[in-house]
Parts: sequence; structure tokens; C-alpha cells
Amino acid sequence: MNQNFRMISLLTYTLKNLPNTSKWALRFCMRPLSSSSQLQAAAASQTKSKKTLAKPNIRNIVVVDGVRTPFLLSGTSYKDLMPHDLARAALSGLLHRTSVPKDVVDYIIFGTVIQEVKTSNVAREAALGAGFSDKTPAHTVTMACISSNQAMTTAVGLIASGQCDVVVAGGVELMSDIPIRHSRKMRKMMLDLNKAKTLAQRLSIISKFRLNFLSPELPAVSEFSTSETMGHSADRLAAAFAISREEQDEYALRSHSLAKKAQDEGLLSDVVPFKVPGRDTVTQDNGIRPSSLDQMAKLKPAFIKPYGTVTAANSSFLTDGASAVLIMAEEKALAMGYKPKAYLRDFMYVSQDPKDQLLLGPTYATPKVLEKAGLTMNDIDVFEFHEAFSGQILANLKAMDSDWFAQNYMGRKAKVGLPPLEKFNNWGGSLSLGHPFGATGCRLVMAAANRLRKEGGQYGLVAACAAGGQGHAMIVEAYPK
Amino acid sequence: MVASRAIGSLRRFTASQTLGCRGYICRNFTRSSALLTRTHINYGVRGDVAVIRINSPNSKVNTLSQELHSEFMEVMNEVWSSSQIRSAVLISTKPGCFIAGADLNMLNSCTTSQEVTQISQEAQKMFEKLEKSTKPVVAAINGSCLGGGLELAISCQYRIATKDKKTVLGSPEVLLGILPGAGATQRLPKMVGRPAAFDMMLTGRGIRADRAKKMGLVDQLVEPLGPGVKPPEERTIEYLEEVAITFAKGLADKKITPKRDKGLVEKLTSYALSIPFVRQQIYKKVEEKVRKQTKGLYPAPLKIIDVVKTGIEQGSTAGYLSESQTFGELAMTKESKALMGLYRGQTQCKKNKFGAPQKEVKQLAVVGAGLMGAGIAQVSVDKGLQTILKDTTLPALGRGQQQVFKGLNDKVKKKTLTSFERDAMFSNLIGQLDYRGFEKADMVIEAVFEDLNLKHRVLKEAEAVIPDHCVFASNTSALPIGEIATVSKRPEKVIGMHYFSPVDKMQLLEIITTEKTSKDTTASAVDVGLRQGKVIIVVKDGPGFYTTRCLTPMMSEVIRILQEGVGPKNLDSLTTSFGFPVGAATLVDEGGVDVAKHVAENLGKMFGERFAGGSLEVLMQMISKGFLGRKSGKGFYIYQEGVKNKNLNSDMDSILASLKMPSQPDVSSDEDIQYRLVTRFVNEAILCLQEGVLATPAEGDIGAVFGLGFPPCLGGPFHFVDLYGAQKIVDRLRKYETAYEKQFTPCQLLVDHANNPNKKFYQ
Repeated sequence: MNQNFRMISLLTYTLKNLPNTSKWALRFCMRPLSSSSQLQAAAASQTKSKKTLAKPNIRNIVVVDGVRTPFLLSGTSYKDLMPHDLARAALSGLLHRTSVPKDVVDYIIFGTVIQEVKTSNVAREAALGAGFSDKTPAHTVTMACISSNQAMTTAVGLIASGQCDVVVAGGVELMSDIPIRHSRKMRKMMLDLNKAKTLAQRLSIISKFRLNFLSPELPAVSEFSTSETMGHSADRLAAAFAISREEQDEYALRSHSLAKKAQDEGLLSDVVPFKVPGRDTVTQDNGIRPSSLDQMAKLKPAFIKPYGTVTAANSSFLTDGASAVLIMAEEKALAMGYKPKAYLRDFMYVSQDPKDQLLLGPTYATPKVLEKAGLTMNDIDVFEFHEAFSGQILANLKAMDSDWFAQNYMGRKAKVGLPPLEKFNNWGGSLSLGHPFGATGCRLVMAAANRLRKEGGQYGLVAACAAGGQGHAMIVEAYPK
Repeated sequence: MVASRAIGSLRRFTASQTLGCRGYICRNFTRSSALLTRTHINYGVRGDVAVIRINSPNSKVNTLSQELHSEFMEVMNEVWSSSQIRSAVLISTKPGCFIAGADLNMLNSCTTSQEVTQISQEAQKMFEKLEKSTKPVVAAINGSCLGGGLELAISCQYRIATKDKKTVLGSPEVLLGILPGAGATQRLPKMVGRPAAFDMMLTGRGIRADRAKKMGLVDQLVEPLGPGVKPPEERTIEYLEEVAITFAKGLADKKITPKRDKGLVEKLTSYALSIPFVRQQIYKKVEEKVRKQTKGLYPAPLKIIDVVKTGIEQGSTAGYLSESQTFGELAMTKESKALMGLYRGQTQCKKNKFGAPQKEVKQLAVVGAGLMGAGIAQVSVDKGLQTILKDTTLPALGRGQQQVFKGLNDKVKKKTLTSFERDAMFSNLIGQLDYRGFEKADMVIEAVFEDLNLKHRVLKEAEAVIPDHCVFASNTSALPIGEIATVSKRPEKVIGMHYFSPVDKMQLLEIITTEKTSKDTTASAVDVGLRQGKVIIVVKDGPGFYTTRCLTPMMSEVIRILQEGVGPKNLDSLTTSFGFPVGAATLVDEGGVDVAKHVAENLGKMFGERFAGGSLEVLMQMISKGFLGRKSGKGFYIYQEGVKNKNLNSDMDSILASLKMPSQPDVSSDEDIQYRLVTRFVNEAILCLQEGVLATPAEGDIGAVFGLGFPPCLGGPFHFVDLYGAQKIVDRLRKYETAYEKQFTPCQLLVDHANNPNKKFYQ
């Protein structure tokens, strides 16, 4: 995620250089996407003969519903807000959508990555402001780009263990404003000044001041363990799997085109309008901009210059946004008269080398979660993978399709297998919809749940990579209609 | 030496990976008819770019041999004559090596300087043609690019290097007593500027890819790749080639220009250097510095300056001529032969001739967290070896842990490590006060005080806990390992590992085997030492082993010379001007007067008359006054924190005066004093070979140079005898024998060599 700081400047570049071609894009027929609409229709008519993943003696856990604020490019309509404002909007939206009585909620968990220091437990501040009971505890988790996945699975744990029946999980990220600190030397001087008792002591501390104390300290741009930015790592990853610039641009174009189509067809039903104080009501994501391959080819590489392949156009952009889902024990949901959207089934966290395999989490997590659930790739009707970079998605696909990689790095006899592209991120992904680090996980789960309802499948697979070389995957099962 | 380091790092690659590359090459080539006809180079065309791949068979590295040279010429001629080809990429498919340098055997087989000059001129001609190529050639560099390899690369129009730790560019010729003989003295100054070029050629230092980019030595960097659908190393080379091809095309299409923007500092420097007066001043400065550092013992550095100067002042034709001629001359010097011999010796001492141990050491335990113990721990944890560091008190242990941390942190400050890597390495170290965890140790190295009883106690305590397969190694400079092993239940597992201080800087490790030490124990110790990055000599047990035993008679002579009235400063300058890196009196201070006395006393008892000379009383009186050397602040000199220039300790005058010996005028000239020191050293070294303490002369030379600072320009005691002449040394010894008797009696082996001029330690 961290690469995105650097992309602030790139973003403006993109805006200038990728003219809004939405009208044109509507008519645009994508090359790599041969006939997805027909296939979707076919999937919907599939007969449902698969088993359910209910486990004996373990409570069934359901997602009643979920919402998100529109995801906006950083520095646009949300730029004057604070993170808890966005989180509050998601919570209010969820209350409105589900009409859940506030006092029924046992617990609230939010994920976030770049913490606003004033609201380090942003879950609590947002919940209080959204009018939840002050008797409902709330905590905040962080796990890079899979922070809200962690929020949801924490909720699953609380419900499965019988501690709670109703939990709200969500995530928030506001990249329009980030905590920029004084330098360590300056902070030390300020703290020492605080402790100094006499004028002489104070003067002696001030006398040590140097101009370089004033240079600010930004949140880490690069992976702490390797000092490499994520975009740089993604570029190397793409090169390691021999993925061309064209392939990456084509995939990014696919993401934008599908997102545009989904938006136009009103499929992104998890989005709730947000009246931003002092501004107009925001109703939809604003980062979806299908362009043309020619336009995209003009961009210069963003990280490995001058010959790299990762550009602003085939990377996810800095995004502001928040999401929230209502998770319940099935019997509680039914008792309250809800018709849940999906079950949350097996999930898996993985981690690997943060240098050379930083973004390969989905490759490792996918086979493990499938095996755990007793499913195969063929059983999955809907794939929702987090798209950090086109190159990252394509590298994961190639890794899953490689016997050599499976044998040498995953300790498997044979390859994981390739998710069919016609079932893959059909309503766009992080590249086009945006990627507010802490909030993406809930979006993935809701996209999977909504797609299962719409397209008629039974199982969805959600997977994501995260900084630190970590990864996550979860099985989402459609709730019987 | 850089070259050897680069060569050493290649070992981890397997041949199968190299073969894998070939498969790829065949598939992707449109035309590969030439593939089977050449052995070192294969070449094909992609679009309009010729891709020339170097991979010498049956070798871990590519070297510029005569064969490679002619194959390269052949291929280049094809490239130049083909109308289809517009540019070329030059790459090595050997993992971790572009071209490691010229083929040293080719140089060594030459008997006259003319032959060497001719080799140089041929290479110059080829590289000149390459430089003037109208079709741009891109050198794609992965791994070591040294000596002739660098000269080839800088003759190309463009350079792209992988930012790998193994990618090192440099001109290490000076370390072999020669100069870059294929145009680097002329091209390098133009490419990176004179100061940087002098630095590279005079120090021989290897330059990492990222620094090379900043200097303008390479034009682009390529990041090494992680795993994809084939091994990372293989894919990285492939990727490097792909990137190089796009740049070759760009150059041919004139979309990319090889010219690089020069920074302000660079522009100013080059302006200043256009003024002849400034240039003269700079040459003078550099020459002065070189003279001061080499003390006139090494001819190559001054010659390099001369050759560079000739090229700049008299034009490149004169420059190239001077380069090739000087190259020929230098290759025939004794210094060069000595240094090349050392280089070969060093390569030998980086191999484990005892084979792979049955069980690789994964868990190491070091007993004693003093200077040596902590140093041993440091060079182990930074190679990923799990290490327990044990001492008896918390303050002693804490000091040792801090030493390890500081050693690693200094590398962070120098930016050779990241703070994260430091932390990960430091977590390999477990400090403790008891023997917990020793039951899982594969090797214990004790580095406690040099006291036999203490060593016995540690051995017994450790043996009560450690598993059967665990090796017990003793770090001692003089206590016989056999005596330490007398209390062992399993003497076949006991061995000596003599490290040199400071452990993280000194390359040598002397391994000592007793008659009972098993071969597998030795293999295990050598393996650990190699993993710690050491050059290793394996010697037989005996008083003082090899290194301490050679040093002791020389030290005895040092004390006598001081007693005869030569001042410590004078003595220091006599020894350093002979080529020793540290003066003899300073050496006593650095090593510790108490240690010197301890060793002199013990070995004196064992070897009797031959080790006599100066009186032990000097050292004893120094100890009684607390003059223990640097560690106590006073020895022959006074040492103060932060004070660079050390002053003589005037209190020593009275001690030396009271123990004054009459000097013998006919053996007390400056030269005699130098030779009295060196011949005693050399004679003892040869006696060690004669007695079988040493297995090979090469190990004797490496031990003397890397452990004791024997002048590298002499190549070690054995090279010295070979090059200087055994007869001359025997003559010297006989002369001193008449003055000092048995201490200078030449040993039989040396006499044999003197009697038969065809007998050489190195054939």
C-alpha cells in the first residue's frame, strides 16, 4: 500500500494524461474479455447441487448486509474530513440499510492502516459519533491491506466462540491527510523542553537547535524490513513472472471497463451516498476511468525508471473510503427476521518472504483455504481478488498456474490451478474502484456476496495480499434464497 | 583481494542452473547455427540485435583467455559484417560472473616481458575496435566484472548492471602487482574522472553496482528478481538480457544517447583538470600519497600513475603504448610474482580439502565473551549461524554482546547492512551464563584466558553437556592442543582454532590438529571457518603451532635489538619500510606485553637456545610497571583516547638502559637489523615445513602474510626464499650465526635449497 504516497504526484499526472473517455468507453469492447456477459448468464443458470460448508458444533456465521461510502481519489471531496468521519458515514449507512437496533450490536471492530494519532482507536470514535450505544465496546486492528479482513475474521472468532452474537466489522482509510511528524531530534528537543524547569535549562536545550530538526518525517514509504517500496516490488514481481507492460495495461483496462459497466448497471449496491459537510452528496466512486491502451502506453514507468512496467495507470491509486458489514450468528439473524446475504466460512492467513514474494499472498492462501474447506477451484463461482497492481494480479495468476513455482516454493506436488478469468473480479477491482487500504476487505466480501446473489453461484473466494508479505483468503457461501 | 572474494562467492551455484539457461537460449533464438561451433561464446540474433553470450565450460568463472578472445573477435566480425544486425548485447550466462578478469595462467606462462606486452597489445586492439564500433554494443553485467572484464565492459558503448550483491566492478590488477593492460588506464579516467579512476586502479577496490551507477561507470541498473516460474538467478539474467536488448535497440535507433549528464562537481573538476598546473599538482599529490603508503616496495601503483599521465599529457597512442610496455615489465617483477603466488595460495586456502563434514554445524556455542570470543560470535551470526555466547558474569557477557552489536552496527553506518538485517543477524546470538542449550550444539569454541587449568575445566564442563558428535575447538595462540585434550573423553573431537585479533578484520584462521583429531572433526572446523569467511591453514599440533612459533624468534630479536640501543621508533620504521604493515615495537604493544612474555617464556622452554635473544627480563619489568601495551595505555608508546600521534613512553628508557646489551657493529646496519628479524622468521617457517607442522609452503605463506603481516610484496617466507634465492638467505644467516650462534643456524631444508638452485618451494 505504501507505494501510494509516492503516487500522489503520479496521480495528478494520470488525471491530466488520461482524458475522461467514459462515453467512448461505454461502446468500448475489450479484447481480453471475450464474452463475459454470456458466461455470466450461464453461471446463473447452474444447478445448485454443491454441499454446504456448515460444520457440526460450530455456529453458522452470516453477513446480514454491508455498505461502503463511495471510494474517492484522495484529495477530492473527502479531503477535509478526518478518518472517523468517513468511518461514521459507513456505520450510519449500515444502520440505515439494515435497520439494526443499535443496542443489539455487541461489538464493533474497524481496520485501518495509517492511523490518525488523535483517533488511534478510530472504531470507538466513529461508533460514538454514529450514535451507537456507549455500552458497545470497539477496537481497531491493523494488518496493512487486509486490515478489514482481519476485522471481519475477528468478528467471526467472537461469534463462533460464543462471546458475541452481533458484531459490526469495517475499515477506513483517509489518504488525503496523513500524520506527518516532526523529526526525532525535534521531538526529543520538544519533550526535553517540556521537562526543563528553569530558564537556563530551557535555553541550553534551545541552543542545541539546528535547522535540520525541522525536516519532517513522513509515514514509511517503503517496506520496513526491506526498504523497498511496494510499487518497486510489484515491478520486480512482474518482471520475475515475465509479464509485459501490455498485459498489465490490458488487465487494468479490463478492471476499469468492468467497474464502469457495473457502476452503470447499478450493480455496486453496497455503495451508500454520503453527504459531505459543506459539499455535495457523493453518490459514486470517482476513480473509474476506462481509457485506451494507446493512452495508457504513453505513461512513463512510476517506479523502475526508465524501463519498468508498473505505471500509474496499472496500479491502484490513493483512495479515501470506509466500509462496514453486519455480521451475526445465523440463528440470531433469523430470530431478528433478517434474510442474510451470505455465510462467512473458512478463512486463512499466510505470510512469506517480504522481499521477493511481497504480493504473492493470494497464491499461497487460495489452495490452503480451498483444502481447508474441502473445495476445489472448480467449486468456486465467484472470485474477488484484491488488485494492488495489474502486475501483481497477473503474477499471482501465473504463479498459481505454475508447477515449478508450486513445487519449489509452496511445497506442493502440482500447481494450484488458474481461476477462470470470466469469474474473476467481474465488477471491477481495487485498480478501478479504488483501494482505501483499511476498507478494501469488506468491499471484497460484499462484492462476492452480491455477485453470488446476482450471478447465482454458491461459493465465492476472496483473496488479498498485504504489506509485510502477508496474505488472506476466505470462502463466502451464498445464503440460500 | 577483491577478485578472490568474487570468485569465492560463486560456489553456491550449481551447474544444472547454467544448463537450464542454455535451453532457454535455444528456444528463443531465430538463428542459432553458430551455437555448437564455439565453446566459450554462443551467439544469436533477436530482431536486429545480436546477443552474444559468454559461458566458459568447466569453470565457475569466465576469464579472458586466448580462446575466449579469439572467439569473441570472430563473433564481433560477424556482427560488424552482417547487414541484418544493427546493435549487440554482450552478456554472460554464468551465474554470478560477467568476466572475472584475465586468465592468470596465460600471464604466468609468459617468460619475457615482450610476450606479456604482446598479449596486452592484442587486447588493446580488440577493445579499440569495439570502442569504435558503429553498431552500439551494450554490456549486460551480472556478477563480478573485474580486471579485463571491466576493460571489456568500458570499451562497449553502454553498460547495464544488476544491482546484485555479487555484481562488483573493479580493477584489482594492482593487488597482483600489475596494471590494467587492456586500455583501462586510458579509458577509465575519461569515463569516471581522474580522481575516481586513480582510486579504483590504485586500491583495486571493488565497486558495487549502485555506486558504479553514481560514478558513471554503468548507465543503467537492473534489480535482481525473486522467484517466478523459474529459478531467480536464471530469470534475472534473462531479464537483464531483455532490458539490454531494448536499450541496444534504443541506441541503434538513436532514441537513447550514451552520454550522461555530468553533475556540477564533476564539471568543475573536469574544468580544473584542464589546467596543466592543477593536473601536475594532482599527480604530485597522488604520487606522494602512494609513495608514503607503499614505501617504494610496490612498483605497480607509481607505474599506473605514470601510464595515466602519459595518456593524458601525450595523447592516447603514447598512453596505450606505455600501458602495454609497463604491463609487460610489471608482470616480470618479483613483487608481481609474489603477489600472484599469494593470490593462488589464498584461493587454495579457501577450499575444504578435507571434504564436507558428516554433519553441518548449525548450532555453535562460544565460551568466553572476551575480545576473541565476541569476535568469533560476530563473524558467525552475520553468516546466519545460530550462536550461543557464554561467559561467567553478566558484565563480561554484556561487554561481549555489545561488541557484536557494535561490529554489526558499524556496517549499518557504512550502509553495507540495513538496520533490519542487523537486527535479524543479532537475533542469531544468544547470550547466557550457563550451559543451557549446549546439548544441541554441533560445535563449541572456547575462547577463555590462556590458562591450561581453566581450559581443562571448560572442556570438562562442556563435555558433560554436549552431544557425542559435537566438536570442541580451542582458540589459543600457543597452548598445545594435545595438552588441552588430555582431559577429554573423546580427544578425536578436540581441535584447535586459532583466530587472529580483531577477528572480524583478520582473514586468517589457523586450525590445529593433534594426532588424535579425526578427519571429520577437521572437515567440520574448516567448514565453519570457511563459512565465517576465513582463509584457512591447517597445521599440526606443537608448541606455538605455526604462526606463533614463527613470530616468537623474531620477537626475541626485536627485544634484543631494543636492548642493543635501537629506539622503538627507529625499529618501527625499519620494519615498516621492509614491508611489514605494523612496526615491530608497536606490534608488541598491540598484542599485549603480558601475552608476548607468556608466549616467549613457554616457547623458550620448549625450543631452548634457538629462541633466545633478547632477555625476558625486559618484558617482565614492563609488566611489573603496568606497561602492558595499548590495552593498559602504556607500552613502548603512550596511548591516549582520541590522540592520533602516539608518543614514546619515556619510562621505558630506564628499563632498556638497565638491561642494555652491547651491539655488534658488523651486524647492526639498518639492513642487517631488518634481515636479522626476517631471516629468523623465515628460517623458523621453513623448519615448520621440514618438521611437518606445515603441510604445504602455500599455507606457510598465507599464514605468515594474513596472520602475522609478513610483507605481502615478498609473498610470504617461502616465496621470499624462491624469489630472493635460498643461497643469499643462508649467507645472511651464516653471517649472523657467527655473531649470535645457534639462533641463526639455517635449518636443513633451507640448506638443501641453497645447495640445489633448481629446488624451489613453488615449481
